[in-house]
Amino acid sequence: MPDYKDRQPLSYYRTALPGVDYSELQGKLIVIEGPDAVGRSTQIRGLKPWLEELGHAVLDTGMARSALAGKGIKEAKQGNTLGPVTMTMYYLTDFADRLENEIIPALRAGVVVLTDRYIYSVMARAIARGENRAWMEKAAGFALVPHAVFYLRAGVQDLISRVVVGRGAFDYWESGLDTGFGRNMYDSFVRYQSRLIRVFDSLADPYGFEVIDATRPPVEVFESLKASVSRVFEPQEQPRKPVQPVQAIRAVKAAARRE
Amino acid sequence: MPSFLPNRGPGRLIVVEGIDGSGKSTQIALLSQWLRLRGFAVAFSEWNSSPLVKETTRRGKKKEMFTPTSFSLIHATDFADRMERYILPLLKAGAVVCADRYAYTAFARDVVRGVDRAWVRNLYRFALKPDLAFYFKVPLETALGRILGGRNALKYYEAGMDLGLSRNIEESFRIFQGRILGEYESMIEEMGFHVIDATHSIEAQQKEMRRIVLREFGLVRPPGVLGVDLNAARLHA
Repeated sequence: MPDYKDRQPLSYYRTALPGVDYSELQGKLIVIEGPDAVGRSTQIRGLKPWLEELGHAVLDTGMARSALAGKGIKEAKQGNTLGPVTMTMYYLTDFADRLENEIIPALRAGVVVLTDRYIYSVMARAIARGENRAWMEKAAGFALVPHAVFYLRAGVQDLISRVVVGRGAFDYWESGLDTGFGRNMYDSFVRYQSRLIRVFDSLADPYGFEVIDATRPPVEVFESLKASVSRVFEPQEQPRKPVQPVQAIRAVKAAARRE
Repeated sequence: MPSFLPNRGPGRLIVVEGIDGSGKSTQIALLSQWLRLRGFAVAFSEWNSSPLVKETTRRGKKKEMFTPTSFSLIHATDFADRMERYILPLLKAGAVVCADRYAYTAFARDVVRGVDRAWVRNLYRFALKPDLAFYFKVPLETALGRILGGRNALKYYEAGMDLGLSRNIEESFRIFQGRILGEYESMIEEMGFHVIDATHSIEAQQKEMRRIVLREFGLVRPPGVLGVDLNAARLHA
């Protein structure tokens, strides 16, 4: 399990953004990642009120929701001429706009930012389409290193049943039809999503994902997410004044219980 | 040298670069015309012209929403779209593609805006390496004279007003262009630009460009490079 205490303060992966004072960022950045139809938005719908109940101000954001590029991306996806590099660049534009105009200001104000997907989805989609990984990692290197990344993991068969039951139809882009992964939507979905899952798996270690088994019922997934998200907030509860012996013993016992 | 992808042709990619008012657009138009009349199939691509991102760019500019990073990325998106849909397939078909501005414009402008030099060079790694890159070298005052004399009012981002260099738009434009010029100058060797002295007459500059094109491409249309019916080309020219 990653030690979230080591992740302070917030910083970038590779490249600093011009004009950002990283030491000002107070809030928490929590990412929910995973493939299409794995249930990310359902979980976020539960996590947000739960965090608010605990007294945190929460900003939820997600891909293609920027004021700048959200509309343009949706329109571009309506046509059939969006190439893989263009799509990647467009998503990065959308991400940069949300990072600088929503996420960073919220963190500066001490807000908990809960984001549905992050750069890892942009990277995974590009890599699954055959784009160069090192290129992608450097291009997205201006992203903040989140306090925690929860990777909702499921197999392609689980995704299929959720698409069929939940949505009733396969989506053009979720099936990777733009790059010809298969002759029909089902075959294409299986191949493309399998490849996406492999890419996500390969990102898990280098980017410190905490893997959450998303093959379980949503309620169970929610319980384990709550337990994991709680740990992100632990450092705040540590006493600032010198530790009293009794408190120290309690802390050790509490740590032992958590182990 | 940034690691652009090699142009596996058979077409040829010619680009022109330089600050505003360097005269590069006039020269690439003349060169395209000349190549057409010599029987080449010529296509043209201009910086920031993809219909796919047009609305987004317009919205961002109008509402002054851009940061240096998102400004850089939306231009990379525009470039990627033109590369994937237009430039690359045309080069595969054997056309001569003439581009008014290329990735180097981003390398100069975005860096002046404060974007990391290595980051923006990596961003454009999907670009094809041009067969010929002309740089129109001009003193700042000459270029400013051409721009500030005739044209309509300067625009916000064009003048670098987002950098807060000066509250006066002309003064901001001067400082901004001066810095971009500095970036271009430092790229000449790194990028292997063919430098054209843009203080010379239009005719003399064009003569020099044609000489370089003939030297690089040869007198006869190379194999695989797409030709056009000369009579048709003359009619349409």
